[in-house]
Amino acid sequence: MFRARNTLTLRDEAQRMSVMGRLSGMPWFLVVLIIILACVGFTALYSAAGGNLEPWALQQMIRFLPGLAMLLFVAMTDIKWIYFAAYPFWVICVILLVIVEVAGVIGMGAQRWLDLGVINLQPSDLAKVGVVMALARYYHAIGFERAKKLKSLFVPALIVLIPVGLIVLQPDLGTAIMIVMIGAAMVFLAGAPWWLFAGGIGAVAGLVPVAYTLLHDYQKKRVLTFLNPESDPLGAGYHITQSKIAIGSGGFSGKGFLEGSQAHLNFLPEKHTDFVFTLLAEEWGFLGGVVLLTLFALIFYQGYAIAFRARNTFGRLLALGLITNYAIYIVINIGMVTGLMPVVGEPLPLISYGGTAMISNLFAFGLIMAVAVNRYSTLPRS
Amino acid sequence: MDTDQERLKSFTRRALLMGGLKAVFLTALAARLGWLQLFQAGKYETLAENNRITVRLIPPVRGTIHDRMGRMMAENEQNFMVQIVPEQTEDLEQSLQRLSQIMPLRPTEMQAVLRRARQQPSFVPVEVIDHLSWEQVAAIEVNLPDLPGISINVGQRRFYPEGPMTAHVVGYVASVNKDEVGDDPVLKLPGFRIGKTGLERKYDLALRGTPGTSRVEVNVSGRTVRDLEKIEGTQGVKLDLTLDLELQKQVQAILLPEKSASAVVMDVATGAIYAMNSNPSFDPNLFTTGISQDNWQSFMGDEARPLSNKCVSGQYPPGSTFKMVTALAGLEAGVITANTVVYCPGHYDLGKHRFHCWKRGGHGTVDITQALAQSCDTFFYHAAREIGIDRIAAMANRMGYAQSLGIELEEERTGIMPSQSWKMGALGKRWEPGETIVASIGQGYTLATPLQLAVMTARIVNGGRAVKPWMIAAMDGQKTQAASQQWGSLNIDPVYLDMVKRGMDACVLEPTGTAHGSAIKDLSMSMGGKTGTAQVKRITMQERNEGLTKQEDQPWRFRHHALFVGYAPVYAPRYACAVVVEHGGSGSAAAAPMGRDILTAVQKINPAGIAFQTPPAPITKDTAKEP
Repeated sequence: MFRARNTLTLRDEAQRMSVMGRLSGMPWFLVVLIIILACVGFTALYSAAGGNLEPWALQQMIRFLPGLAMLLFVAMTDIKWIYFAAYPFWVICVILLVIVEVAGVIGMGAQRWLDLGVINLQPSDLAKVGVVMALARYYHAIGFERAKKLKSLFVPALIVLIPVGLIVLQPDLGTAIMIVMIGAAMVFLAGAPWWLFAGGIGAVAGLVPVAYTLLHDYQKKRVLTFLNPESDPLGAGYHITQSKIAIGSGGFSGKGFLEGSQAHLNFLPEKHTDFVFTLLAEEWGFLGGVVLLTLFALIFYQGYAIAFRARNTFGRLLALGLITNYAIYIVINIGMVTGLMPVVGEPLPLISYGGTAMISNLFAFGLIMAVAVNRYSTLPRS
Repeated sequence: MDTDQERLKSFTRRALLMGGLKAVFLTALAARLGWLQLFQAGKYETLAENNRITVRLIPPVRGTIHDRMGRMMAENEQNFMVQIVPEQTEDLEQSLQRLSQIMPLRPTEMQAVLRRARQQPSFVPVEVIDHLSWEQVAAIEVNLPDLPGISINVGQRRFYPEGPMTAHVVGYVASVNKDEVGDDPVLKLPGFRIGKTGLERKYDLALRGTPGTSRVEVNVSGRTVRDLEKIEGTQGVKLDLTLDLELQKQVQAILLPEKSASAVVMDVATGAIYAMNSNPSFDPNLFTTGISQDNWQSFMGDEARPLSNKCVSGQYPPGSTFKMVTALAGLEAGVITANTVVYCPGHYDLGKHRFHCWKRGGHGTVDITQALAQSCDTFFYHAAREIGIDRIAAMANRMGYAQSLGIELEEERTGIMPSQSWKMGALGKRWEPGETIVASIGQGYTLATPLQLAVMTARIVNGGRAVKPWMIAAMDGQKTQAASQQWGSLNIDPVYLDMVKRGMDACVLEPTGTAHGSAIKDLSMSMGGKTGTAQVKRITMQERNEGLTKQEDQPWRFRHHALFVGYAPVYAPRYACAVVVEHGGSGSAAAAPMGRDILTAVQKINPAGIAFQTPPAPITKDTAKEP
């Protein structure tokens, strides 16, 4: 199934590269899944506003449509261009992170936003994609033998740690850790030695107590509150406690659309962003939650299928890295709102309200689809 | 190619591992959802409901208080108040300014509103001012369109239509103090009032009623989203008293000329209180709205103690009104008989001490009837020595001294009746024989309340039954236990009681009696009684020699208390009264005329509904002397 097909004619190649050829190579099922997911998001935002399109649902739709067009455009792009753009894109991301450090807007106690007039840009969102692209390109270029060597970890380390360092300065520890995780996943997939990861996990476990002492007070509090949310029912633990109440009281089949008392009486905080999953679980119950998780599972599966079918290392790593990035988002967000993980303030991609997150997610899926469309392309190692 | 194959194998292996990890995580999330939504749903549903639903208390309407004819003594009237909802105004301060053009507001009041508005969510109404008059309500109503956010709310407020007339009995309500709040949530309701004195205090819990509840759906900031259910509360208990408002008014008028006086009128057979007045009085309505500092200071600084119900909390030496007790104790002990006569030279010597009779020249030879009628001290000095203090004290206790009589007022005090053991206990000293002499005429340590004196009188003339005073006839229309109480006997020989009563009859009816000047002209309503003049300050030898015993020459607070106890109609007594005029000078001059007027008034109103008759024969000196 994953055998590379080597016997291709030039005519075949030309046909595949035509617009019609690209459209037919498009993973339409994935496109449909993404549209379904976005629609789930629209209804959730409609409900979060108490049955109103304003202020969130309509805005989100307006952003989704150009985002979808961008996705299709990226998907149709020849993977060579993506490959060539990988490093420059990474550099742009780093520059944006520097700018946000210097001139960013302070939000929630951290500098994360760049006000571009039309849109509030959160460069750390783009940086995740940038890191995945740059790593995919690097490993594609050096080949498998070198990828196994330890000294080949130097450049990937720079690719990961430069943006991570800038993000830690914002400070946004959650996103920084996510990028480290994605980077590690990429390095692992590219073929770095097993023992490195076993050792790495051991080292992280050993460093946790040290790292804890370096955390900001509010971060320490989050960790403590996560371990025992009821200890601080009116402070930081309040959100998680209320979120669990909302989810639990949804029961098997939920309270019904627009009937979530926790959400509509504002006991649930940030119900249109970080806690949008809670709102869905309250109104649609366990059934709705499982359907949503199944949708995510299907998307993951599509991502894996695309990665396995791709004939070039760049595409494989790119697709898997981006789908892993997406999965980390989902696990962290749902884990947080169900009280399994500390509060890190990450939205649920493609569902939560938010401009940059939506754009950068659709961009990432566009790249995954480009891997599918260009699955037969072979890229030079240059 | 080998490396490519190897690379593909490695990639596939590792990708599958990571895919597996994703599957594990997704499964864990699904399991978590299942745990929360399937296994713990019940627990969280309860928590969500607790979040969503708040129970609010609706203050109950306080029970009303009525006199024996159903006339209102404490009622609830509408209280109009101006409220402002900060979020409905453009600028709170400006709105208040506009309001103050219609109804003047003091800067401090405005500040208080602004401060409270800052402390609570902006949708919660802030009370600006209450107890509005109709004119003010009308003026604001007309201007409401120009006063956004301002509304007029109607609440309840306690009102005492008779004001000072009933202030001491009914008492008053006022705001809940910090240390009174306790656990009852109804006490935390804004503007809630509780009884502070009198019946309002004693029956506070019953008068309060039970609050209603309204279940409302609220959002996280406490704003009501919709009403779910409303359960009306029940009004507090309605109290029907034995008091007669008309009599109460007349007694108040009778007491008014004196600086400080109190009077109790009761039914000798049932113990029902018909009037209880303490003068001067105060307007209890001042307290329901919150009394001003000036008013409070003037009440507290007044030596006539307007806030105190002197009928139950004023404790006075009973003076000569105590002589009935000494007489009864002497009769029962066999020390005094119908034939006992004593010569009164105007004084009595015990060892080196000389005890004076109030009459300097003395009464000559007196028996028990004349001793009571003329209030001869010497007669009782003689008897007391033989009776001894403990037997006098025992009789006093049977007549109601030195005890709580159970009137429905927490202000009731017990007074003092000294005995040998009492003195040892209270002062740690042995009883002196001379103190018995002093105690026999109601001076010395003895203290009694006007209520106790009225009860004593009632017990003498009702055939020796242990009647106790009460004034709640019915609660919510249900007759109280006291209202149908049968009073037991005090086990005093009726002959002795009759002898004492004859002395009291003679005190009013015979020309020699100290209260003869106050006899009631209408013979069918004539009264008997006993005067008392209680020394507040010991008369010194020097004063006695210099003749400086004139009461008018003394400062008010050193003058004698004037007392009178009486009953009527004299041939079949049904009404008893006790009058105490603080520092009134003399019982016969100051208190007895008031007793006459009060007993005349109660007989004319006749709350017990008795039949009056002209006595078969006028009581004369001869008939009174018969054994």
